[in-house]
Amino acid sequence: MTGAVPETERKIKPNAMPKSSAVQGTFRAEGLTLARGARWLFRGLSLRVCGGEALLLRGANGSGKTSLLRVLAGFTVPDGGKLFWNDRPLAPLGSVGRDLLLYIGHANAIKDDLTALENLAEALVMDDVAAANRTPEALCSALDSVGLSARRDLPARKLSQGQKRRIGLARLLLVDKPLWLLDEPTNALDTDGVNLFTGIINSHLERGGLVLIASHLSIPLAGTVRELNLDETVELAA
Amino acid sequence: MIAPNSLFEATPAAAQTDAPGAPRLESSKGMPEQTGAFSDASSDVVEQSRSLERGFFVSTKRDTFLAFRSKGEVIQALVFFVMVVSLFPLAIGAETVLLKRIAPGVVWVAALLSVLLTLPRLFASDYLDGTLEQMLLSPFPLTLIVAGKMAAHWLTTGLPLALIAPLLGLQFGLGGDELAVLVISLLLGTPILSMLGAVGAALTLGVRGGSVLVALLILPLYIPVLIFGAGAVEAVASGIDYGANLSLLGAGLLFGALATPFAVAAAVKISLD
Repeated sequence: MTGAVPETERKIKPNAMPKSSAVQGTFRAEGLTLARGARWLFRGLSLRVCGGEALLLRGANGSGKTSLLRVLAGFTVPDGGKLFWNDRPLAPLGSVGRDLLLYIGHANAIKDDLTALENLAEALVMDDVAAANRTPEALCSALDSVGLSARRDLPARKLSQGQKRRIGLARLLLVDKPLWLLDEPTNALDTDGVNLFTGIINSHLERGGLVLIASHLSIPLAGTVRELNLDETVELAA
Repeated sequence: MIAPNSLFEATPAAAQTDAPGAPRLESSKGMPEQTGAFSDASSDVVEQSRSLERGFFVSTKRDTFLAFRSKGEVIQALVFFVMVVSLFPLAIGAETVLLKRIAPGVVWVAALLSVLLTLPRLFASDYLDGTLEQMLLSPFPLTLIVAGKMAAHWLTTGLPLALIAPLLGLQFGLGGDELAVLVISLLLGTPILSMLGAVGAALTLGVRGGSVLVALLILPLYIPVLIFGAGAVEAVASGIDYGANLSLLGAGLLFGALATPFAVAAAVKISLD
């Protein structure tokens, strides 16, 4: 399967879909408002991402990309606004949201004392991934495909920043959640790593997943890619 | 500053970016097979069949495993405990009556301080490396995850302290009954220390000088535990009934187990806001 899924195909109602095809979820935020000090980072910001779509968050340093992602993930309670999944309200860090969301922030959530393989295994246990999907073979093949096969049993403290980031990519391969919120995911990745990342995102989009990425890089994604420039929101708010 | 209310819809820019050059991930490259549909995203009702209470054991197992991987920290607290307790006979000299009299208090104060020493590692490293964020987003309830962390903390600090305490009690000439009550009081009391300490550690996450602040915040709360714990041993030494002291420690333990996980979960959420 290559290329973008045509728009028409993506609008089919969920109950009309064959079981194997992708899920149609819509993630929506309405009227998000967040102040930092005396300044509005964003005010009355609304966005909508449908299944198979990617939304790139752009903006200068300090324009609120990370803050917006943290609001969407539920860590930060906004000063105003609501989140919806398929038009049902999402409570911040509620059980529905926690089943939907995969958030990768600046920190890699990697324990230096554990090996790459152990780190991945622990992360997946915490994500409550079904035991059948996190067999040692599955973990090893995920680490192989992100190029860490030779480093699998090294303590993470001996890995470079980029290699730690790749453990996070291996997690993306194994966690079964539709909505990905990624904060500067390409940080510390080399060209090969960025290509690998692009491929993972594209296959997620093909399955009908949703991706929100805060990034400076232009990532060649398949499917519907939209951009939200947070600099503009600040200008208008000022 | 007042701003106009503006409504933004993400604009479709670079739509349909069909990149022929973009690398694709093929399953022939050893990519794990991904299932077509997301398991629970489509259903409006979240699966209730999963046993989320496993979160407690998952988190206990994880933290105990991590503690054994970096044994140094566990051993440090234990050695600190042994050294502080051993300083007293050296400083005071071989006055058997006096040593026996102060023994319960010395052992309890040293236990309290060494638990205090280990509190920063309870949440700080998870906070710094981003693991705590992932725990907040875990399908397991945060309350159970933090309860599991407290249990792991006790297993790796309080339990070893309680088990080594009889050896130290011998230095002070404590008798068999007194040693037994000392161990029981520590077994009942040190979990309370872990639980109260977890509240303090969670509240001071990300605060500069947090470890000193934890001590200032938590030591006053440790006082009742100290009084009842040391009091139980003193009571058995003076031939009084020690049951009341142990019962109060047990009551504190039950109350702490019920209340503190919620407090810690709330504090962790605030720290990550």
